[in-house]
Amino acid sequence: MSVTPAVLAPKNTPQSPPSPLSSPSSPSEDAPAWVRTNGRAASGPLSDRVYGAVITACALFIPLLLVLLAIVIVRAAWPAVQSSGGDLLFGRTWDVAHGKYGALPAMVGTLLSSLLALIIATPLALGVAIFSSELAPQRLRAPVAFLVDLLAAIPSVVYGLWGLVVLVPLLRRYVMPLLEGTLGALPLFRGPAYGPSLLAAGLVLAIMILPYIASVAREVLAAVPRAQREAALALGATRFEVIRDAVLPYARSGLVGGVMLGLGRALGETMAVTMVIGNRHAIPSSLFDPAYTMASLLANEFGEASSDSHLAALMAVAGLLLVITLIVNVLARWLVWRVRRLEGAQ
Amino acid sequence: MRGTHWPIAVALLATLAACRGAGERAGSTDSLPPSGTRVDLTGAGATFPYPLYSRWFNEYATKTNVRINYQSIGSGGGIRQVLARTVDFGATDVPMSDAEIAASGMPIEHVPTVLGAVAITYNLPTLKRPLNLAGDVIADIFLGRITKWNDPRIAALNPTESLPDSDILVVHRADGSGTSYIFSDYLAEVSPAWAAGPGRGKDVLWPAGIGGKGNEGVAGQVKQMVGAIGYLEVVYARQNRLPTVHIRNRAGRFVAPMPFEVASAATSVDGDTVKRDLRASLVNAPSPHAYPIVSFTWMLIAPDAIGRVKTQQLVEFLRWALADGGDMASALGYVALPTETSARVLARLDALTPSAARDSASAAPKRVP
Repeated sequence: MSVTPAVLAPKNTPQSPPSPLSSPSSPSEDAPAWVRTNGRAASGPLSDRVYGAVITACALFIPLLLVLLAIVIVRAAWPAVQSSGGDLLFGRTWDVAHGKYGALPAMVGTLLSSLLALIIATPLALGVAIFSSELAPQRLRAPVAFLVDLLAAIPSVVYGLWGLVVLVPLLRRYVMPLLEGTLGALPLFRGPAYGPSLLAAGLVLAIMILPYIASVAREVLAAVPRAQREAALALGATRFEVIRDAVLPYARSGLVGGVMLGLGRALGETMAVTMVIGNRHAIPSSLFDPAYTMASLLANEFGEASSDSHLAALMAVAGLLLVITLIVNVLARWLVWRVRRLEGAQ
Repeated sequence: MRGTHWPIAVALLATLAACRGAGERAGSTDSLPPSGTRVDLTGAGATFPYPLYSRWFNEYATKTNVRINYQSIGSGGGIRQVLARTVDFGATDVPMSDAEIAASGMPIEHVPTVLGAVAITYNLPTLKRPLNLAGDVIADIFLGRITKWNDPRIAALNPTESLPDSDILVVHRADGSGTSYIFSDYLAEVSPAWAAGPGRGKDVLWPAGIGGKGNEGVAGQVKQMVGAIGYLEVVYARQNRLPTVHIRNRAGRFVAPMPFEVASAATSVDGDTVKRDLRASLVNAPSPHAYPIVSFTWMLIAPDAIGRVKTQQLVEFLRWALADGGDMASALGYVALPTETSARVLARLDALTPSAARDSASAAPKRVP
């Protein structure tokens, strides 16, 4: 699996050897590579100029695609924004037959199910990563890493079917009654045990994002220099103390990035969630309640939407989802940046 | 979005059609007199009749030089493609409203092709006989007003059974669907409370229960949960041998969603109604045998958009499908239009020409042989 999240791009690797391109003689650190190699791009060989142009075009294509996507969505969503903008954001009723489009329950459901997945998956994924990079015997490391990565290769509809056929009945028959019996005092664990619920969606999502977080975390931990560990060992630290005090703090910004990548993935997941969340337009008050997510809403209603207002409202939901994922990404970058700054201050 | 995707999709389809045509034609051209070169028609719409349509189109392609490509993108998509004039015909489980047709600025004909019905399935393993329900009771269950299986109103309809004292778990479709439209159309017909509340629609605001995705999603939930009730497209329910509720029809009889009972709904609807407007709703039909949750599924033809030649080719296809396609429909679990209904549809097809050509049509009513 090749997980190279954008949030990790400026990775904290002071030990990496200096790039051959950034040699002291280069005129500017910011200039493109082909400029730097000889310092006179304009009059360079034709092949260099063509290569430069092609690469620049490729690089510009991706942001252009994003901008075009945003333009198309905003244009299609505009009628809905004009007619029921406030209702879209804060309305609690999604009633197509009567032209009411309130996306708040779907927004809340999206955020809650992703958050729940993150709460479940993060400790597990970190455990897996620490085990396979620090504790496991050499023979076991590769197989464990491989198996975890394999989880990411399973199509999401398969997770959905598994959730529907295996997980949901299990939750309904055993887990939910047990939780209600022991923790029923909390409002979080109350209500009729339908099975398809926020809890089911959170669990399926947790399993789906686990490999992403785990494999990023493993790479980040592997990049921690040996000297860091050896120094801690030399001071008499136990194995646990080495990991807690020397390895994890060093890798913190990378780990946060991995978790954010998982969150981004959870927010956009559609098929598996649709199959287990129960698809009810209401803000859930307990983990047992059915809920809805924005991605599920789009998947469910887009094919049969025939009225203009319905289509526009769905497009507006798509736009909102885009905005939410953008916010999460910005937040992730900010977190990584902050964590790194704090480290610098230490 | 549609604008950017369509040229590609059309190009792909054309390529596919060309490839297939080249291979098959050599052997089949002699079956019917080829009146000209090969003809390609494209359509898009409802998923419910898709298995039958693709069977019909395949069969028709071996008999004639007309090849029809169909994409099952959903009823809503079918209507939109017809309005955008990107297809030669559409298909829908939900008739267009007068306002929608008026807004399109051109006549759009609804041609019934086959009957669809909605079955109500349930999970009550202790029952010895099929569950009996009446329309108002079904509506109140789906409204969340009747919440226990041993409710006196359900018990009154099933005097010989002992019903459990358990919650009724309602399962409905989460995705927009013609099945939901037919079901909510029926509920609005039999229950004023439903008509005033959730109303009719492919996506309605379900007051109770959870949503499953697709027929398989609803069936899966109902099968898993004892005490569950849900509605399904009838072909799906029959193929999976799911228990179905016997519903009390307008004549007071409890009927199962079997082919004869479904067809009875179409025959019993007033002939004049169907003659005037083929969009007629068939729910809660008056016949003593009629199953009450039945609907046509339609092909949409806009003669003005596609011109006389293509209109005639589609009409020819429909004549063939309604006359000879019934066996194929039954083999796949569909219910073909009863003879008298298809006769009415056929009579109406004669008048189907572009309005511009209609004046001159009498002079040369050309038909594709």
